[in-house]
Amino acid sequence: MNETHIVSSFTDDMNELESLLLQMGGLVEEQLKNATLALKKSDRELAKTVLKGDERINDLEAQLNETAIKILALRQPVAVDLRSVVMSLKIARHLERVGDYAKNTARRINTITKASAFTGSVSTLVRMCEMVQSMIKSALDAYSKRDSNLAEEVRHNDEYVDQMHNTLFRELLTYMMEDQQHISGSIHLLLIAKNLERMGDHVADIAKETQYMVTGEWPENQRNKGDNTSKMIIDLVDIEGK
Amino acid sequence: MELSMTLDATTKAPIMSAKNVDVFYGAKQAIDDVSLDIAENQITAFIGPSGCGKSTFMRCLNRMNDTISSAKVTGDIRFAGQDIYSSKVDVVALRKRIGMVFQKANPFPKSIFDNVAYGPRIHDLAESKDHLEDIVVTSLKRAGLYDEVADRLDESGTGLSGGQQQRLCIARAIAVDPQIILMDEPCSALDPIATAKIEELMEQMKEDYTIVIVTHSMAQAARVSNKTAFFHLGKLIEFDETDTIFTNPANTLTQNYISGRIG
Repeated sequence: MNETHIVSSFTDDMNELESLLLQMGGLVEEQLKNATLALKKSDRELAKTVLKGDERINDLEAQLNETAIKILALRQPVAVDLRSVVMSLKIARHLERVGDYAKNTARRINTITKASAFTGSVSTLVRMCEMVQSMIKSALDAYSKRDSNLAEEVRHNDEYVDQMHNTLFRELLTYMMEDQQHISGSIHLLLIAKNLERMGDHVADIAKETQYMVTGEWPENQRNKGDNTSKMIIDLVDIEGK
Repeated sequence: MELSMTLDATTKAPIMSAKNVDVFYGAKQAIDDVSLDIAENQITAFIGPSGCGKSTFMRCLNRMNDTISSAKVTGDIRFAGQDIYSSKVDVVALRKRIGMVFQKANPFPKSIFDNVAYGPRIHDLAESKDHLEDIVVTSLKRAGLYDEVADRLDESGTGLSGGQQQRLCIARAIAVDPQIILMDEPCSALDPIATAKIEELMEQMKEDYTIVIVTHSMAQAARVSNKTAFFHLGKLIEFDETDTIFTNPANTLTQNYISGRIG
């Protein structure tokens, strides 16, 4: 909405809310970027920076909640303003969760690097990280530009993240069956992949909420979900039989 | 929830139906081609900036504009299927069926009892003194005022507080057993508590009556009404379920007005 409110301090409050959300989003992007780099370069120092960085995201979320509640109480927003306030609250929650997953990812990177554990599949995992990063960036763009079409694109891109999760699940399971020495590291890598898969779901929800904020309607089409790992069984026989 | 509300509002035949209504005050057009249905046993709110025509349009619904000599109303307005502007219509009888409550409470300088008994007396509705008393007490109860005035029905209506006076006017409107009650900014002179009492009352009255309210308070329209009509410069811009109007209005003018933006 370009038109400003007759009461300009209302517009100021709404701008503050948006700015807090974009700051949060920027930090989450940064956290995931650093975690990815730490994974790529086995950089424990960088992983530790990510561990510390999460607090700032939580602080921003608290600040955003306060601002949103203040707007609801004092301005009684309606229509597009109401949708913006309520959706910003929900989107901030998702961002905070994505931040938590980035932190957990960094913690696992620190653990496997320290133990010099097995790190096969890292390049696939890095690709998955980059995919989620680009989803976050586009989702934030869609939010700040009020671009429902871009949000729709983001929602559908989650399917590729899911597919990559399937691939990694199979790949890592195979490594573990090949050699017991691989198990410890592979489990951590698998759980990092799971973190990324969950991040993708949160970002897809952010995109959906952005669409509602912009159009006032929830997208009717179901997005395709590609995560099949909950149905996968790979036995030793499958590998030996090859 | 939305589904049942929509069905409720749309499946019932409207109690009033306006089609292509124009209103002129002399050469000035105040209402421009407005068509709208009023659903029975629902609260319909008219909102819009000052001078948008919302009160003018409401006053067409019980021919209150007849009292303004320069006003000319054209188009088709039907109440229970009957053209209310037909020459055969008895305007006094029409206004008995479609009562009105005004912005400023205007009790007669008579006792509380006589204020409410006034309508039934001139319409000769009561068969006996007991029956009249019964009508007065029931009307006061329905207007949520009886408990506050039960022991002083013979005192002057003008001695009541603003909120009580407004509820007295509602009781007076109810006493002639109308089907529709038009309310023209009924709470604009009341404090929040008195306003809340009227709003609660409207919610209860909805079971027996159809209510149309003109209000400057968008929050009030959002709180009390089932359907909201937004007027702008004499035109009906948007008319929809109230929750749709306040969460996702279709028209930019509506959005700008209700969210306090410069259009």
